[in-house]
Amino acid sequence: MTYMQPRHNAGIYRYDEVDRQFVRERVEQFRFQVERRLKGELSEDEFKPLRLMNGLYLQLHAYMLRIAIPYGTLTAHQMRGLSNIARRYDKGYGHFSTRQNLQLHWIKLEDTPDILGELAEFDMHAIQTSGNCVRNVTTDQFAGATPDEVVDPRVYAEVLRQWTAIHPEFSFLPRKFKIGITGTTNDRAAVRIHDIGLVAKKNAEGRIGFEVYVGGGLGRTPFIAPKTRDWVDEEDLIAYIEAVLRVYNQAGRRDNAFKARIKILVHETKLDKFIELVEDEFARVRGPKFRLEPEIVASIRSHFAPPPFEELPAVSESYARRRCEDPAFGAWTRTSVHPHKAPGYASVTISLKPTGGVPGDISSAQMNVVADLAERYSFGEIRSTHEQNLVLAHVKQDDLFALWQALSAVGLATANVGLIGDIIACPGLDYCSLANARSIPIAQALSERFADSARQSEIGDFKIKISGCINACGHHHVGAVGILGVDKKGEEFYQITLGGNAELDASLGDILGPALKADEAVDAVERIVELYLERRQPGERFLATLARIGQAPFKETAYAAD
Amino acid sequence: MPLIENGRAVADPWVSLADDAPLTPDSHVIVSFARWQAEREALSVRNAPLGVRLPSNVSADAIAPDLERFALVAVEFPKFRDGRGFSTARALRERYGYTGEIRAVGHVIADQYPLLVRCGVSTVEVPEGANVETWARTLNTMTVAYQAGLSAEEPLSLLRRRVTAA
Repeated sequence: MTYMQPRHNAGIYRYDEVDRQFVRERVEQFRFQVERRLKGELSEDEFKPLRLMNGLYLQLHAYMLRIAIPYGTLTAHQMRGLSNIARRYDKGYGHFSTRQNLQLHWIKLEDTPDILGELAEFDMHAIQTSGNCVRNVTTDQFAGATPDEVVDPRVYAEVLRQWTAIHPEFSFLPRKFKIGITGTTNDRAAVRIHDIGLVAKKNAEGRIGFEVYVGGGLGRTPFIAPKTRDWVDEEDLIAYIEAVLRVYNQAGRRDNAFKARIKILVHETKLDKFIELVEDEFARVRGPKFRLEPEIVASIRSHFAPPPFEELPAVSESYARRRCEDPAFGAWTRTSVHPHKAPGYASVTISLKPTGGVPGDISSAQMNVVADLAERYSFGEIRSTHEQNLVLAHVKQDDLFALWQALSAVGLATANVGLIGDIIACPGLDYCSLANARSIPIAQALSERFADSARQSEIGDFKIKISGCINACGHHHVGAVGILGVDKKGEEFYQITLGGNAELDASLGDILGPALKADEAVDAVERIVELYLERRQPGERFLATLARIGQAPFKETAYAAD
Repeated sequence: MPLIENGRAVADPWVSLADDAPLTPDSHVIVSFARWQAEREALSVRNAPLGVRLPSNVSADAIAPDLERFALVAVEFPKFRDGRGFSTARALRERYGYTGEIRAVGHVIADQYPLLVRCGVSTVEVPEGANVETWARTLNTMTVAYQAGLSAEEPLSLLRRRVTAA
């Protein structure tokens, strides 16, 4: 057994022999499927959903393996394992996706069973990271650490991860199915753009329950999920999710892949009727078989017990002093440091968006450094975020300067988290067979254009999100500025949307006008930002300015001829 | 078509009747859901066991009031990616307490076999020349499950259970 227990109480669900057996059996099952595929016993059509449900996706140049990082949480030990796999089976780097998973883009089919076998040795897998099944459950990257948290969402994300793993009834759904959960009203998990969005909360008696949103999603027909229930009791969580999935499995459209997501069912059925169908099913399945026992919740919660924090003053003096003395460190702390519920601690976001870089990419060497730093400064635990960055959730303020220096040394201290340089982008036509246009070069050009950190901090909170096709993996609909790659007679064009937002008060951006060529689009975004700076009132965010002055002036400047 | 039960090829006593074929009085016949609806009286007075074949767009609810008349319900899979039949089988067992044979027919692949069994399916019609060994093997690949199913299972801690398929 090469397995090592995570050190220092990292907040992660720790496998026991039963969980390990499950993953090992899954690896052997897939090995058998690959053998049958290579012998021709399984057709590609039949093999496809099987490989997808093991994370293996056929792209333009090679297979891509999408490794599950359940709700974005992993240990330093696991990060080192991923680094090693990326070095041995890929080109020495990996790509963090908007669903908190890690993608390796240059994989050989025949290597995959061995890779999955190696992942299993450190309790990881690629189960259900693709395919028409329930995908990796995603959550708040600051779970268990942030002062605004009401309920720790990881506990329920883990319950759902387990319940939906190789679910016998819901492995051949009409289309993919994504669940996002948050435990605060400051939604950092974009739950309303998920098939099911859950907001964990407490009622007046302190009981835990869930507000449920169903039918969100981006893609070619974007919807912000409407609320289907204000309160589902903790013990009914599984029953309610079963009810939604069963209604969807039976009534969801299967005649057209573009209309097969649950958002279309909710829309076409009409919300009231859809709620009625779910409530009928819920009333039937509620009961002992699907009851989530409090003992099980308590047992899973124990895996996420707070690490042994030291008793520290609320503010570290050395940290405060360093921030003033070193402007570069100060700038980094203003973007990368998030408040922590424990006095004297902070959560740190590591930007994977260096100037001119590929959003979400990280080298094997950098992964190892992050693993070392997580062990030294954050109880051996690492998070990935839906914004394609990493988080060390529990860092002593006293250690922030040393951490920053260590990150700087390997190019991981770009001070742009939450700023305009913190761009979300899908892999686009550089990798993806669905894409119409490249996303990465646009992200890189914008990142270069706004490289100046003083300019970035002047602009402030500003989200640019880029997708290479209408499937919207880069979440362009919910970017303050969204950019969508389109194909016009074999040439790449980019359509700009303004005014999207993925938080609980989510909104979809509006299309600004005709699509532009790549360099024109980059110029247009810059002019939009300049107009915002010119017209905003003190402290006003972009969406507020847009709402106040309307889209027309932005359109005018975006399309102004030079 | 060969029939598989508990991971083994078994003899099939049932005959699938085309909608225009004459009714035989004393053999096991499976009729389409459409024929059942059109000829329910004639079908009800027969003394031999009757089965019904549900297309994938007809849910368990549609035959729920008549279930005691059927010794077999065949659930159609028009293509293996169409997973409605999993819910149909499960609803027959869980919601309506059906104890007769549930048979998966149409396009089903061996890798779905353990899932079908966990949804309450008893037998599967497999293509001519199918490798029965493959089906037997897929049935026993996963012995740990994280959610309630309908095959024999023994509870382990948390949500987990040990599945004993065949």
